Amino acid sequence: MKILVCITHVPDTTSKIQFTDNNTQFDKTGVQFIIGPYDDYALARAVELRDQTGGSLTVLNVGEAETEPTLRKALAIGADEAIRVNAFPSDSLFVANQIAHYATEGGYDLILMGRESIDFNGGMVHGMVAEMLGMPSISPVMKLDLEGETAKLAREIEGGKEYLEVNLPFVAGCQEPIAEWKIPNMRGIMSARTKPLNVVEAVSEDAATKTISYELPPAKGAVKLIDKDNVEELVQLLQNEAKVL
Amino acid sequence: MSILVYIEHADGAIKKTSLEAVSYATALAEKEGKEVVAVALGTIDQGALAKAGSAGAAKVLQVEDDKLNAGIIQAHANVVAQAFEKVGADTLVLAKSSLGDAVAARLTIKLKAGLVSNVVALPETDGGYKVKRSIYTGKAFAYSEITTANKILAVKKNAVALKADGADASVEKLEVTLSDSDFAAKITSTDKATDEISLPEADIVVSGGRGMKGPENWNLIEDLAKAMGAATGCSKPVSDSGWRPHHEHVGQTGVKVAPSLYVAVGISGAIQHLAGVNASKYIVVINKDPEAPFFKAADYGIVGDAFEVLPKLTEAVKAIK
Ligand SMILES: Cc1cc2nc3c(=O)[nH]c(=O)nc-3n(C[C@H](O)[C@H](O)[C@H](O)COP(=O)(O)OP(=O)(O)OC[C@H]3O[C@@H](n4cnc5c(N)ncnc54)[C@H](O)[C@@H]3O)c2cc1C
Ligand SMILES: Nc1ncnc2c1ncn2[C@@H]1O[C@H](COP(=O)(O)O)[C@@H](O)[C@H]1O
Repeated sequence: MKILVCITHVPDTTSKIQFTDNNTQFDKTGVQFIIGPYDDYALARAVELRDQTGGSLTVLNVGEAETEPTLRKALAIGADEAIRVNAFPSDSLFVANQIAHYATEGGYDLILMGRESIDFNGGMVHGMVAEMLGMPSISPVMKLDLEGETAKLAREIEGGKEYLEVNLPFVAGCQEPIAEWKIPNMRGIMSARTKPLNVVEAVSEDAATKTISYELPPAKGAVKLIDKDNVEELVQLLQNEAKVL
Repeated sequence: MSILVYIEHADGAIKKTSLEAVSYATALAEKEGKEVVAVALGTIDQGALAKAGSAGAAKVLQVEDDKLNAGIIQAHANVVAQAFEKVGADTLVLAKSSLGDAVAARLTIKLKAGLVSNVVALPETDGGYKVKRSIYTGKAFAYSEITTANKILAVKKNAVALKADGADASVEKLEVTLSDSDFAAKITSTDKATDEISLPEADIVVSGGRGMKGPENWNLIEDLAKAMGAATGCSKPVSDSGWRPHHEHVGQTGVKVAPSLYVAVGISGAIQHLAGVNASKYIVVINKDPEAPFFKAADYGIVGDAFEVLPKLTEAVKAIK
């Protein structure tokens, strides 16, 4: 059983988002980078499945050298080897091309990703990779169990869940509660230092979009406080001022 | 040339988010001198489909096949690709949703199309095709240029005004070819609470956090929601503890809502929770701690004990209905 997990290197969820260079560059000052929270769920489940089936688990990131600590963290959590495709992840099609190219060579039985990246929130890369590889894609997956060559999954739909069966290989975009986030322990951190982290060059493939500039939303005005003994005033404001009731 | 819109339906009607996508396509079509054609998959009444006209579609193509009622991603993508060819479209518009995303992703490859997701405004077309989209879970916007001839735009909910004054669209059947491999993923069962208002589509949401103390107190949230005609939501620790089902969890790692009114009760307002609600038009916060960070993101607030405030508020809402 060979499992591939694709992870993003993204600003911590508490980060203040700012831009520099006339709103053309993301401002990394003071920003902590983490494994994308959804990718972290995919990784946690992949570690469990690898332990169950006794296969291998590879993590992959398309990014520049700065993402290596994030890949090391994935190794500490339990991946066996890491791959960094050395390129700036300029758009989702470009990233999908890199992953599909690498996955074709690797012959994986299962490719897990996050349901979406928390920087660009596309929710697209898994579907693109699956289409390129001619595999089924399922997202957002909240439960994944293997029975031989068949996987049983639960997918979140509006207001509930849908249960599916699909044969390996396939691509899934994962979310909670597929597994609990795993925190690396000391042994994991030590062994991560010696596990392989290979850098491969990007295959030249065109992107289909180009991001030109960024913008922040306008600041929010101050809150209007209403006395707790006068809830009728709140109802009146919602009805007549906000016009939402 | 045409703009094709992939529309989703539930409970015998086109979803509001899909009507927003049609409205967006209509405004774009007027700008570019094109025609809007919608495509709908599965069994649904033709009269209900004709309503896509209210938002500006001239025509709806219906692919009526029971097998397409479930959202099998590969099959849906294959059908939409055939519809795209058939009508001679160069742009596909759809509402951003978990099914929409999954289908659109596969279509970028099938149609060799550049895609922008979370679109919040019409493209600027003088010197390139520049689209404004929401990024960092609503904390910022980006302007992205699509450089391919075919284009896919996934529109964020509540980002465009709904057009509702158009005449009924004509509905035509569309024949497509599908193969077994399109149905490689098999749906074995579904588990859905049908009597609830759908959270992602809701116009009003009442959410409870850890301040509600336990699942036994949720009747207070439900009563207010019922009085307001709202869907119910919750914070992540609430669904993690099993007080509420997972699909009600709002935030960065949960559902992103965009209602006209979001009422947060006993929720501190952690940045990860705010990431799921920052597209709401108005936010009301009820919290006993005046320092709760949620007040900074709120339009209206009450500092007080939820157990005291909620019953009174529910009565006050009932009084005006
Ligand atoms: C990567 C990551 C992703 C996350 N994603 C999400 C997400 O998607 N959604 C999410 O919600 N969280 C998310 N979290 C968790 C988030 O950081 C907070 O821990 C969580 O939102 C807190 O939930 P809460 O406000 O219900 O609880 P608390 O922070 O415990 O707040 C309870 C609030 O209730 C108030 N209160 C108590 N009693 C009463 C009373 N009687 N009446 C009125 N008010 C009362 C308190 O003053 C307090 O403000 C995420 C965290 C991480 C690290
Ligand atoms: N640069 C990248 N490197 C590796 N995996 C990625 C990258 N970008 C996106 N992914 C994967 O694709 C998923 C969906 O990303 P997105 O389509 O950007 O929302 C993420 O959760 C990751 O698992």
